[in-house]
Amino acid sequence: MSWTREQMAARAAQDIPDGSYVNLGIGIPELVAQFVPEGREFIYHTENGLLGMGPPPAEEDRDLDLMNAGKKYVTALPGAAYFHHADSFSMIRGGHIDVCVLGTMQVAANGDIANWSTGAPDAIPAVGGAMDLVQGVKNIYVITQHTTKTGDSKLVADCTYPLTGAGVVSRIFTDLAVVDVTDEGFQVVELAPGITFEEVQDKTGAPILPPE
Amino acid sequence: MINKQCPTVAEAVADIPDGATVMVGGFGASGSPIELLHALIDQGATDLTVINNNTGNGEVGLAALIGNGQVSKMICSFPRSSQSKVFPRLYREGKIELDIVPQGTLAERIRAAGAGVPAFYTPTTVNTVLAEGKEHREFDGRTYVMEPWLKADYALIKCEIADPLGNLMYNKTARNFSPLMCMAAKTTIVQTKILVARGDIDPEHVVTPGIFVNRIVEVSDPIHEDVLIAEGRTYP
Repeated sequence: MSWTREQMAARAAQDIPDGSYVNLGIGIPELVAQFVPEGREFIYHTENGLLGMGPPPAEEDRDLDLMNAGKKYVTALPGAAYFHHADSFSMIRGGHIDVCVLGTMQVAANGDIANWSTGAPDAIPAVGGAMDLVQGVKNIYVITQHTTKTGDSKLVADCTYPLTGAGVVSRIFTDLAVVDVTDEGFQVVELAPGITFEEVQDKTGAPILPPE
Repeated sequence: MINKQCPTVAEAVADIPDGATVMVGGFGASGSPIELLHALIDQGATDLTVINNNTGNGEVGLAALIGNGQVSKMICSFPRSSQSKVFPRLYREGKIELDIVPQGTLAERIRAAGAGVPAFYTPTTVNTVLAEGKEHREFDGRTYVMEPWLKADYALIKCEIADPLGNLMYNKTARNFSPLMCMAAKTTIVQTKILVARGDIDPEHVVTPGIFVNRIVEVSDPIHEDVLIAEGRTYP
């Protein structure tokens, strides 16, 4: 059985140490906040100027001026702080954020990530804060389905889409496995229940090492 | 006695000329100075270069300014969003220019302009297409890209509380780029929900010191972009 989106997020949360300052990307990464292991506290940063972000409010408690970087309404927890964009990206670029969990279109065996543009001629480029996050945050984790809807591997030898950053990803959580980026390329750390290494190997677009 | 108060939004934006570069505060809907933007639509200046993180939503505010044909170029980090329709259409028709800048670099370029720093080096974009043609330099064994300051003629800003000297406080994540833009524009125009008397803001609580602000106009019941969109409103 491959892992569900929730199980992927829960598995990623296991690898975030207590007390970490964490930035979560849009999509499956947002689910990580629902699976904080017992006894740990993470403080969430959102690029648009909030540290100490809490869960979405009930509709009647919404403040239209309190949103996250995905432009969804959120709350501020006790102890939260607001700040302007230059301070927010100083936290990112200055190496103060411990973990960033991102979705992706492709991730390569050398840690390159491509998650901002398909490079298609009619695409409107939109980068947001992705390039700042991958360069500045200490640990870049990726959560992604192992393959695309058409069956192409998202774990590749070389990214064919335009890069967001080179050599920045350290660990990947897919529906099939947890995979590390090592000096020797991809290496499986853990397999989802009932998934064989051979299946992961078959669905990975680059050489991959078995778990140690 | 210094008093930067301006009686109406129309008077506040009256002198913005064709061809001006205008920074617009806000991140998505939060912090977007809707009343100042609508005043600029009424005023009619064209060939504007606008700097904002996004390109507006629906057919109000910044999106309406773009839709009205007044903007020839957008400098932003994220021009797409689920409710951004005007910009994508004009961009695909070749009617508007786009300069894409990563969000942190956009913020720092604006801050640098306000701080009198002509350029800085950042690791952001290294080894990507957005670094092509830019000066690269190594510091302590890591490669960085040079980015220049980003100035503007005007900034249109929304805040929560202001005094007549231009000392400002914001509301939650509506702050975003606004304090930086106040510093970087030659003329900073601010709409405030609450105008208090000189001395009523604790100096410890001032977020933007009044030296960075030129005009204050009270808009005591500002319309939120999200509300306009939910009601299906358009402007003009």
